[in-house]
Amino acid sequence: MITLDNVHKSFGSNQVLRGVNLHVAKGTSMVIIGGSGTGKSVAIKSILGLVTPDSGTITVDGTDVTKADRDAFLARFGMLFQGAALFDSLPVWQNVAFRLLRGSLAKPKDEARAIAIEKLRRVGLTPDVADRLPAELSGGMQKRVGLARAIAAEPEIIFFDEPTTGLDPIMAGVINDLIREIVTEMGATTMTITHDMSSVRTIADHVAMLHAGKIRWTGPVADMDGAHDPYVDQFINGRAEGPIEAVR
Amino acid sequence: MSILAALGRVILGLFAAIGRVSIFGGKTLSHLVRPPFYPREFALALLNIGWLSLPVVGLTAIFTGGALALQIYAGGARFNAEAVVPQIVAIGMVRELGPVLVGLMIAARVTSSIAAEIATMKVTEQIDALVTLSTHPMKYLTAPRVLAATLVVPLLVAVGDIIGIFGGYAVATGTLGFNAAAYIQNTVDFLQLRDITSSLAKGAVFGCIAALMGCYFGMNSGRGAQGVGRATKGSVEAAAVLILAANFVLTGVFFSL
Repeated sequence: MITLDNVHKSFGSNQVLRGVNLHVAKGTSMVIIGGSGTGKSVAIKSILGLVTPDSGTITVDGTDVTKADRDAFLARFGMLFQGAALFDSLPVWQNVAFRLLRGSLAKPKDEARAIAIEKLRRVGLTPDVADRLPAELSGGMQKRVGLARAIAAEPEIIFFDEPTTGLDPIMAGVINDLIREIVTEMGATTMTITHDMSSVRTIADHVAMLHAGKIRWTGPVADMDGAHDPYVDQFINGRAEGPIEAVR
Repeated sequence: MSILAALGRVILGLFAAIGRVSIFGGKTLSHLVRPPFYPREFALALLNIGWLSLPVVGLTAIFTGGALALQIYAGGARFNAEAVVPQIVAIGMVRELGPVLVGLMIAARVTSSIAAEIATMKVTEQIDALVTLSTHPMKYLTAPRVLAATLVVPLLVAVGDIIGIFGGYAVATGTLGFNAAAYIQNTVDFLQLRDITSSLAKGAVFGCIAALMGCYFGMNSGRGAQGVGRATKGSVEAAAVLILAANFVLTGVFFSL
């Protein structure tokens, strides 16, 4: 469904992606792991068109993302950002229903609010949260609102950027379980970026390890522990010694 | 040679910056005329830029008008021309001080606020989030603010002009011994339509510059708190300088040609 073919991207002299090749099949959950600064976020943002690759092609269902109609293309996606990226000036329900209040997916205000409250309930938040501002919520609640916004328009493809960063282990577990449940019931294709190995084991069908701007290893999550790749082995076991330099 | 190279780099950088701002302005204009439109964002911008700026504009204008009356009276007394206070206060406020001071106040209050808000949105990935939600950031954030500022700052200038003239009137009639009715009559008689239209036109241009600079620096801010700070500072500096430069050009257009 999503294919990255020899994608390169540099920022000045910093070569972030150096020929990324990756395929994500329809309806599967792909988790990309790798150290900080290895280009995981850039890879995902390249698919969405937030970053323009220097070379290589990215296709979704065989269509080059640079040639697709932007509105129709983006309407297929939902995304949970690392810091939730909620709009400070809007109450929670309008954040969740943002896409439903404007553009090609616009619905009447009452209907959009009802959908937002239903999505908030789905992520474990009560309706009284709907009229609060994002700044009044805890980090975990903001992540849940971000998750509700990502699924509000029932997209075919959902991206999760570090979904558990900054959360305590219990809340991280709650978010991981929520993502897994939602992905399963919606049948969506998902890509997740994370350093959190408990997230990987909960969310992933397939795992890809990005290192030095290239996919170092990819395979089913069940094969990850027996990958016999020193880079993967060091990363998933969190060892300071190994081929990946601890100080980068 | 190195001095020439450095000078060349500065000049090339200046032209590049002018080009980037011009392209940004052109894109803003194109988003202003093409749907979708965001009336809620436009209404909020009108409120923030117009209504909420009234206190600072009013206070600035009244003190400036009062001080202007005192200065003209003291200066005019040197050659027995104290009687020109109403005329000079009126012309000074309407042609120059009203639009320029309101423009600079808007640069301080609104440009900085727009730049800080948009830069923070960029740093916290809210701009990226807008894109993923099929909403063009320039259409949603820039176009409503620039349009609102262009429309509402002339009204603020008009209010500033009136309050500034009132400041001069209050000082002149309260402490300088001017007759109230004669002061008003002199003010009204002396002002021409051209003075008022130039004042309002300057307001529109200054409002557009102030909002455009806030949006431009916000959208192009660097990372982190330092990036937000630099964007805010840069936006106010650029807006203030451009407003003063535009004032010079517009004064030439209205009164020298």
